[in-house]
Formats: sequence, C-alpha cells, structure tokens
Amino acid sequence: MKGHRMGERKRRQYIGLLYISPWLLGFLIFQLYPFVSSFVYSFTNYNMTSNIKFVGLKNYIEIFTKDSQFYNSLKVTIFYVLMAVPMKLVFAFFIAMILNIRIKYVNYYRTIYYLPSILGGSVAVSVLWRFLFADNGLINEILSSFGVHKIGWLSSPKIALFTISLLTVWQFGSSMVIFLAGLKQIPKELYEAATVDGISKPGMFFRITLPLLTPIILFNLVMQMIIAFQEFTASFVITSGGPMKSTYLYAMKLYDEGFLFMKMGYASALSWILFIVIMIFTALIFKSSEYWTYYEDGGK
Amino acid sequence: MQQKRKKENKKAVKTALTHVFLIFLGLIMIYPLLWMFFSSFKPNNEIFGSLGLLPKQVIWDSYYRGWNSGQFTYGLYFKNSFILVTPVVLFTLISSALVAYGFARFNFPFRKTLFSIMISTLMLPNAVIIIPRYILFNHFNWLNSYKPFTIPSIFACHPFFIFMMVQFFRGLPRELDESATIDGCNTFSILVRIHTPLLKPALFSAAIFQFIWTWNDFFNSLIYINSVRKYTISLALRMTLDTAAAANWNEILAMSTLAIIPSVLIFFFAQNYFVEGIATTGIKG
Repeated sequence: MKGHRMGERKRRQYIGLLYISPWLLGFLIFQLYPFVSSFVYSFTNYNMTSNIKFVGLKNYIEIFTKDSQFYNSLKVTIFYVLMAVPMKLVFAFFIAMILNIRIKYVNYYRTIYYLPSILGGSVAVSVLWRFLFADNGLINEILSSFGVHKIGWLSSPKIALFTISLLTVWQFGSSMVIFLAGLKQIPKELYEAATVDGISKPGMFFRITLPLLTPIILFNLVMQMIIAFQEFTASFVITSGGPMKSTYLYAMKLYDEGFLFMKMGYASALSWILFIVIMIFTALIFKSSEYWTYYEDGGK
Repeated sequence: MQQKRKKENKKAVKTALTHVFLIFLGLIMIYPLLWMFFSSFKPNNEIFGSLGLLPKQVIWDSYYRGWNSGQFTYGLYFKNSFILVTPVVLFTLISSALVAYGFARFNFPFRKTLFSIMISTLMLPNAVIIIPRYILFNHFNWLNSYKPFTIPSIFACHPFFIFMMVQFFRGLPRELDESATIDGCNTFSILVRIHTPLLKPALFSAAIFQFIWTWNDFFNSLIYINSVRKYTISLALRMTLDTAAAANWNEILAMSTLAIIPSVLIFFFAQNYFVEGIATTGIKG
C-alpha cells in the first residue's frame, strides 16, 4: 500500500516535470544558451562570415579605449533612464493618488490615461512624435500662439533626449494601474485609526500610504529601469540617434555594431557591458531599498 | 449649520476642480491620437504650421494612396502581421498554461529553484541574448521567416504570461482537483475540463497583451525579417517614412492611423482584462 503511494507520488513528480518541460527546453535553448554564448562570443572576432577566432580581451579594450561612441551612447542612455523613469513613475503615482479618492467616472479617466500605454513602442506612435515635435509641428504652433518662441524639440541636441523621454512619460498608464491596485489594498481601518489619533492628511500620506506602497514602487522602479535601458524604437525612428548623436541610445549602438556592421563579437562585448551596467543599477536600487522599503512582516 | 454648508461647498468646489484637472489631462493624453487621425485627412501643406484639429480642406484619397504607395500594398503587410501574430498568441496561451499548471499544482525536484529561475528571466535584458539568438536562428535557417517568433512561443519563452497564469491557478481551490481526481480525471483532463473554463479571464488577458506586444514589436522584426514581401506593419511604416520623405505626410499619418486601429479596438472592447492582467501580476504593460 505504502509502496503504491510512493509510486504514485513519483509519477506525479514526473508529470509535473512533463508539464514544465516546454519552458525548460525553451529556457535552455533560447535563453541560457544565448546568455552564456554571448559571453563567449565577446572574446571573439566573429562576423557571421569568417571563422571564429578568439581574440582575448581585444573587443573590450577597443570599446574602452578607442570607441568614443561607446561612452557617448552609455552616457545618453543613463541620462535617458534617469530622466524618463522617475518622471513616469512620479506622474503615475500622482495620478493614481487622485483617482483613488472616491470620485465619479474613475473608470473613464483610467481608460483614457491607459490608452497610450498599449500603443507604447509602436512605430506609428514614434512617427506621430516626429510630427508633433517637428520645428513647425503642433507643439511649437501651440506654444507660439501663447507667444513662446519655437523650441527645437527634436533638432536641438540639448532637448531631443528630453522629447524622447516625454514619449515614455506619455505611457504612464500601466504603472498608474499597478499603483492604483496597490492603493486599493491599503486597509481603510488604518486611515480611520489615524483620523482618531488626529493625524493630518499629509501625515497620513507619509506615514501610511507611502510606506505601504514602497514594495510596489521598488518593483516598478526596477522593471521600468531595465526596460528603459533597452529603449530602441523611439530613438531609431524619431531621431535616428541624432542630432549630433545626442539621442544615440545604447540599444542603437548595439544594433549598428551587430546588425549593420555584423561585428557579432564586438556587439556581444557591448551587450555584456550593458548587462553589467543594468546589474549595477539594479543592485544599487535593491541595496538602497533596505532603507526605504517597508515590509509588513518587518522582514528585510 | 452654516459652517457645515460652507464645508460642503468647499468640498464641491474641490471635486469640480479635480474633474477639470483630470479632463484636461485626458485631453492632453488623447489629443496626439486625435490629431493623427484628423491630420490624415489634411492636405500636406496644412499638416505643419497649423493648429486646428479639423482639416480646412478634406483630402479623401490619402488612405488610398498610402495603401498603394510601395512595391506592395498595405494589405500584404497587414496580412503578414496577422500571419505572424496569430500563431504566436495561440502557442503562447497553450504553452504558458501548461507550464503554469505544472508549477502551480505539482511537486517535483528543484521546483522552487526552477520557479525562481523563471521569475528572474523576467528581468533578463533581451539585449544581452539577442546576438547569439540571431546567430542560432541563422544556423537553423530561420532568418527572414516568422519562425524566430513562433517557435520560441511554443516553448513558453514569455515568462510574464507563465507568471500571470500561475497567479490565477493559485486562486483556484485545490479541492477542485481532488474531487476531479476521485471522479477518475487524469491531470490533463483536469486542466482542460475543469481549469480552462475558470481560467478564461486569464487566458483572455494574456491573449490581448501578447497580441498587442507582438503587433507593435519593431526591433525583432527589424533584425529577423529582411525581404519586403514578408514585412510586418511596423517595418512597412518605417519604410514608408523613409521613402516618402519627399512630403506625403498625410499618407504616412493615414497608414499610422490604420496600424494602431487593431490595438485600439481590442483595448476598448476588452479594457477590463487589461486592468485585471496588470493588477494581478503587478508587472508592466
């Protein structure tokens, strides 16, 4: 009897493995293998046609000592991430707070605000951005009707990156929905108790709302940052990396080296550097979160 | 009494102001899209340098000319996009549901480790694996076909959806499985007959997310597909933008408008599924 049950348990184990086997195979072939092999490729001069030859650290040395566009694209990308992600999250949080007050028609507002998010990375929206922010485009026409001088939204190297970040901020809807879901989960009793204790509205925000949402903020921050580091379509379609390479995001650099010049070894090295940079940023956020993230069970 | 009334008035004013702000913000959010739609009916010289939403002179043939502007019509590009997206969505649903079922309902060696690995691949930047993937697909002879999109979806390579469905499975009571087992159902028929009907909202959410993401995808299409005959809508738009630099702006805007229509329609008909999908997983969108 016992033997039979043991057999049954073993069988269930195999069945479970069977169910996850598509993912397991997919993970090994399409994720783990590329992940490891891009590291190996980064020490070669592979270019799709020649034989693979190991060149040691040559790619990395060239990137760090000779490739001025590497430093530029890394700088541009970090600026972009530091600009777009906080703007988007702060805005999403702010609007979620407003929609969380019991107010009529919340669903309609939520729908409208969410719509741009689903069109996100599409070429159509990038095309639209190119039109709206052209020197004589709609935005400048609106500004000049208020007597403001025309701004080189996409033609000035100082502003173009900001204009592209605005496209990211425009898609704040999905983060907003996540924050709203989090806000809804905060027990009402906490606020009632705080009212009894005579705590002011701002006090409640800083002592109840914000602390309880920190895990969600942390999570959003990390995910949005990882996505932002890889932004490609906006700079490729709207500005082609210009003017004067001021929007030459890292993903575009990677694309140019890998798929335009077919320097696969070199591009692999670039991709691993990006990976390390993302890891460093993620680690910094997690490390700092020990000081600002609140967990209900007190566990860190 | 009067004080109470004063307080109520103040509250009403505050609510009204909030609505004014929210409506204004809504207009800002939606105005670019409306502008795109209306400008596709404007003559080219009216698209730049004018403020108005409605065209002074309505151009009807921008859609016709844009549709037929290239070597092939946009009919082909739309067809290609659907041919690419449909199997990706179907395979993603099936494979993700199977894998999620495995993770949520079975105990096997290293289950926790494997689950953590699956979750951590959510954070694995695509940029770091794209080059070997390209080389791999080149060896498989998959370049310039839709296989780089469809085959990975058979192997549940979109951990977001596995995670989403695991969350839903966890919400289904285990007693369901147990009583079905007693009734003689095997594990697969439990999944198909008992769980799938209950999973419908999750499957639907997953389907529309995957549809829209794949429909909008540009980077992967750009690197894997190179013959114009196989272009998807994203690639076609980019091509029109490059070749029609001459100034057929209304045609570009017309085609851009068409390109977002499927996503917008799905969104309006199924918006609750979006909200549910994001809220249960708490991940992007």
